[in-house]
Amino acid sequence: MYAFDFVRPTSVADAVAALGEADAQALGGGQTLIPALKQRLASPSTLVSLGAIAEIRGVCLDDDGRVCIGGGTTHATVARQAAAHYPALAAMAGRIGDPAVRNRGTLGGSLANNDPSACYPAAVLASNATVITNTRRIAADDYFQGMFTTALEEGELITEVRFPVPQAANYQKFVQPASRFALTAVFVARFADGVRVAVTGASEEGVFRWTEAEAALSDSFTPGALAALSVPADGMIDDLHGTPEYRAHLVRVLTGRAVAAAG
Amino acid sequence: MTKVSMRVNGRPVSAEVEGRTLLVQFLREGLGLTGTHVGCDTAQCGACVVHVDGRATKACNVFAMDCDGAEVATIEGMAAPDGTLSPIQQAFQDHHGLQCGFCTPGMVMSAAALLDENPRPTEAEVREYLEGNICRCTGYHNIVKAILAASGQPVAVAAE
Ligand SMILES: Cc1cc2nc3c(=O)[nH]c(=O)nc-3n(C[C@H](O)[C@H](O)[C@H](O)COP(=O)(O)OP(=O)(O)OC[C@H]3O[C@@H](n4cnc5c(N)ncnc54)[C@H](O)[C@@H]3O)c2cc1C
Ligand code: FES
Ligand code: FES
Repeated sequence: MYAFDFVRPTSVADAVAALGEADAQALGGGQTLIPALKQRLASPSTLVSLGAIAEIRGVCLDDDGRVCIGGGTTHATVARQAAAHYPALAAMAGRIGDPAVRNRGTLGGSLANNDPSACYPAAVLASNATVITNTRRIAADDYFQGMFTTALEEGELITEVRFPVPQAANYQKFVQPASRFALTAVFVARFADGVRVAVTGASEEGVFRWTEAEAALSDSFTPGALAALSVPADGMIDDLHGTPEYRAHLVRVLTGRAVAAAG
Repeated sequence: MTKVSMRVNGRPVSAEVEGRTLLVQFLREGLGLTGTHVGCDTAQCGACVVHVDGRATKACNVFAMDCDGAEVATIEGMAAPDGTLSPIQQAFQDHHGLQCGFCTPGMVMSAAALLDENPRPTEAEVREYLEGNICRCTGYHNIVKAILAASGQPVAVAAE
């Protein structure tokens, strides 16, 4: 790891100011960034820890019934505190990595990173959530822009994410046991005005919506509604854990299981 | 270098550290608390698990400066001052929950965090909680048994 300065501001305003310095980078829970620093894949001059900023931590409900989660909230806190409001989201957070990873890793860090096999991107996209930063609000459909790529500008901080709560939802994660990330996973969310299906761990473009399944499930919210559908293997991730064909197959199987479990 | 202060096993400590100093380096090299092990240094194995403000944390994957003001507990703080093992440590001994012992500090600290949250876990819950703790030796069965026993639940006694 190369040397860097380390600052620990206590407000978003101070963090944004510190991130204005050349080569400064935000540090959330460090569960992705610290391994990257060790491998010298990142070499910031200053790390701006978000760990002391109380205003971006916590889970609450807004007046429209949406679950609002601070960008610095850990996965473990979401698993505990969102359970009563949005059980499928809490269950998803409670199965990220392992307990020690969940005690440090944050919602904001996961979304900023946008790993193609991460769990949160699927939940955010399927829920039609809004990503709130220090400067603007970004709809989930505009936020994810391909593997490890997002709408965030340099130095922009995720301060909060607002999740509309679906009538029924479920996340099915086929675990890659060595990394504990998703080999492939699907989040299904049924709203009064239609169903959203978001797939992670499958496409080389990162998280995506399976719109054919959304249309079929909006007509009939049953696993059988998927019977005639298939996902093309083209553009699916190919690695030693699974072929593109295998991942395409998993997408349909996991979507069916999610629908059955969401009921 | 910046000054960092925290409590480790109840004792206030402070030292000048670099930004890149990991908590595990601070504990092992700074304080001489070498019970916390480094198995992988990539956040995979759990040998380095300690508690930060009561929560299981991989000490190889957090900076010392992010623990400023925190309450840190390590394996050295588990036994009583007179050397009497904690119930979890004693159960690991009674149920042969270790072989080489390299993973054991992390296993014991994870087990302690689990029993704080969930005093009577099922076997499945124990196994799930240990997902981030890797053991090359035991095959896990006796570790799980030791933790169930430490939680006061009946388990079969190991064959002599
Ligand atoms: C063993 C292991 C298993 C894991 N398993 C899973 C899994 O099953 N599913 C899963 O989804 N993830 C998994 N992860 C990743 C984990 O969820 C990370 O916590 C997460 O990806 C990054 O969050 P972080 O808070 O640790 O961010 P960091 O590592 O601190 O930062 C990651 C990136 O985000 C930026 N950043 C951080 N916070 C913000 C913010 N608020 N606003 C803007 N930018 C920010 C940083 O600058 C950096 O570029 C695993 C990690 C490990 C080590
Ligand atoms: S040494 Fe920290 S997880 Fe392996
Ligand atoms: S006892 Fe040897 S690694 Fe667990």
